[in-house]
Amino acid sequence: MGIKSGTTNTIKQDTEKADLPAVVIRPLRGWTPINLREIWNYRELLYFLTWRDLKVRYKQTLLGFAWAILQPFMMMIVFSLFFGNLLKVPSEGIPYPLFNYTALLPWTLFSQGINQSSNSLVNNVSLIQKIYCPRLIMPISGILTPVVDFAIAFIILIGLMFFYGYIPTVRILMVIPLVLLVMLTAAGVGLWLSAINVRYRDVRYTMPFIIQLWFFASPVVYASSILPERFQIIYGLNPMAGIIEGFRWAVVGTDPPGSLMIVSVLITIVIFISGLYYFRRMEKTFADVV
Amino acid sequence: MSNTAIKVDNLGKLYRVGQIVSYSTLRESITDAMLAPFRRIRSDRKQQEHAIDASPSGRDTIWALKNVSFEIEHGNAVGIIGRNGAGKSTLLKILTRITTPTEGYAEIYGRVGSLLEVGTGFHSELTGRENIYLNGAVLGMKRREIDLKFDEIVEFSGVKMFIDTPLKRYSSGMQVRLAFAVSAYLEPDILVIDEVLAVGDNEFQKRCLGKMDEVTKGGRTVLFVSHNMAAVKAFCQRTILLEQGEIVMDGPTEEVIKYYLSSGLHNQAERKWDDMNNAPGGNVVRLHSVRAKNSEGKVISEFNIQEPIYVEMEYWVLEKGWDLTNSFYFYDESGLLLFVSRNNLDSNRQNREYPVGLYRSVCCVPGNFLNEGTIVITAAIATDARALHAIERDAISFHVFDPGSGGVRGDFTREWPGGVIRPLFEWNTEHIPS
Repeated sequence: MGIKSGTTNTIKQDTEKADLPAVVIRPLRGWTPINLREIWNYRELLYFLTWRDLKVRYKQTLLGFAWAILQPFMMMIVFSLFFGNLLKVPSEGIPYPLFNYTALLPWTLFSQGINQSSNSLVNNVSLIQKIYCPRLIMPISGILTPVVDFAIAFIILIGLMFFYGYIPTVRILMVIPLVLLVMLTAAGVGLWLSAINVRYRDVRYTMPFIIQLWFFASPVVYASSILPERFQIIYGLNPMAGIIEGFRWAVVGTDPPGSLMIVSVLITIVIFISGLYYFRRMEKTFADVV
Repeated sequence: MSNTAIKVDNLGKLYRVGQIVSYSTLRESITDAMLAPFRRIRSDRKQQEHAIDASPSGRDTIWALKNVSFEIEHGNAVGIIGRNGAGKSTLLKILTRITTPTEGYAEIYGRVGSLLEVGTGFHSELTGRENIYLNGAVLGMKRREIDLKFDEIVEFSGVKMFIDTPLKRYSSGMQVRLAFAVSAYLEPDILVIDEVLAVGDNEFQKRCLGKMDEVTKGGRTVLFVSHNMAAVKAFCQRTILLEQGEIVMDGPTEEVIKYYLSSGLHNQAERKWDDMNNAPGGNVVRLHSVRAKNSEGKVISEFNIQEPIYVEMEYWVLEKGWDLTNSFYFYDESGLLLFVSRNNLDSNRQNREYPVGLYRSVCCVPGNFLNEGTIVITAAIATDARALHAIERDAISFHVFDPGSGGVRGDFTREWPGGVIRPLFEWNTEHIPS
């Protein structure tokens, strides 16, 4: 097989031999610091993995990316019918569809993020067993794909706001740090679950249940204010509680979630750091166990 | 600045038995061509698990690799040989950083490429074009690098017409060609090839050897794992022999191979897969065991040239309704195919329906038929021309020795003149009266 290996390239390699990067392979024990530089070097792979998941997601569907809008929109209609119209769940004076949709967006971003990142390692078995790359990029890629869906669905939110006569204020810019916070939370949970999933496939089957339970534990179809004041701190232990209320504040101007938010941010940090720690601990065995 | 490419010091890898669990529910929807190497990794591991019974270190752990040290300079091609489960694949997996060692360390100078990764990351829903980019990124190429080489890669792969067709519509041959085209344009400083993993697919194997030929001539550093002694001899000046995870010998290829073949180390007259999920095969048939026995039913690896050899395979039939043919391929130690034996004429072979269950097929090679030397056997189960259900290449091997008298020799006592086989034929000599 005549391969046209560039001669110029080989010469370059020879002259640069002195600069060849040295890779040291040694046993990993316990906590090994994250090599951020290395992850940066693999950014293209991260990009392509995310790109692949996006490409594949709506392949062979009739509606394609319209699903990114349709899913939360249909949910919103169903919830508005049941919780808004029939059960008359209080929505802090905001039209229920807008109240609900505002919360559904960060929620969908979160639930898709944890779902995809927790299955990311298992779905990339062939990659894990055959090449080296920082394994961290797989769960990270899992939380990046839903961001695209989020961005598309966000356009509808703006439309809904105008429809109900809510003009966005500067506050809406707070959505950006809030989205980052959702991703950080999803990453923390995803790191934990993806690493566990390598060893115990049970994660895959408990996932729908976890998401369902978490959904009702978060203020999506209701407002956190229906809970008594003394429970607010405990409620904040669900990091999505503070974040979702923060979203409502940024988008439609409900009361700012003070203490709730602080607890949520702290919990997010705890989940993320511990997830990172656990992931790094388990990382060295992935290829052997998966 | 030294000229070292790879430096390995006291490398060891401990596997916990039971840590290795496999899940058959998860399959990449890549074709069998891509899956073949994958399956082999599992069966190789299985081997290591079995070796445990013999290891003194303990019941639930096994050293797949222990105290391995060597150094390779840039531009050298080094072969790694040893029988199944000796730790060859584990060593490569550590050097390519897929798995981490338990002890010791290794230093690697330069970009490592391995043919392990050919086609890795391919997604059947994506088009050929998209897969080139994806696979390139997986192999560590930059996007600009791929952009630059894209046209050449497509040209070289020969699938230009289908470049915007989803991969799932490609034949397996086309997929392998595309995969190799991408890896051909990756120019690693150090190339790692596990030919053992490439078995089961001729196209793949052929291309591996082609790649070997090209890179060794190009003066690059190569680490070559193979069962094919002829290929190791052809490509590598130096060879390392592994046995039970340790280096037994490290030196000039000729000497190491000679030692390996004469030591009986490579002979393994029995292979067994207890876990059906890890056994070679697919949905229709899976191999349970392959072994060579003497007429007393004992598994041995040294056969007298005069005695018959019973080569048998046991296998699970998992799906009924297939017309199955079992075959053994007999090779000599250089990889030359001596002959193939199939059970087409077996009167017990039910012609259409094999009910689901465990079966045993035995092939009797008569005494006074093989020549002396090492015989390597590949076992396969197929449905004629339609499907290859299971194949285990180099499944077992044994040695045939010549006691120096009797049999075909009669009273001839000097060295036998040669030949790939040494059958006992009838001779008739008569005087022609004039």
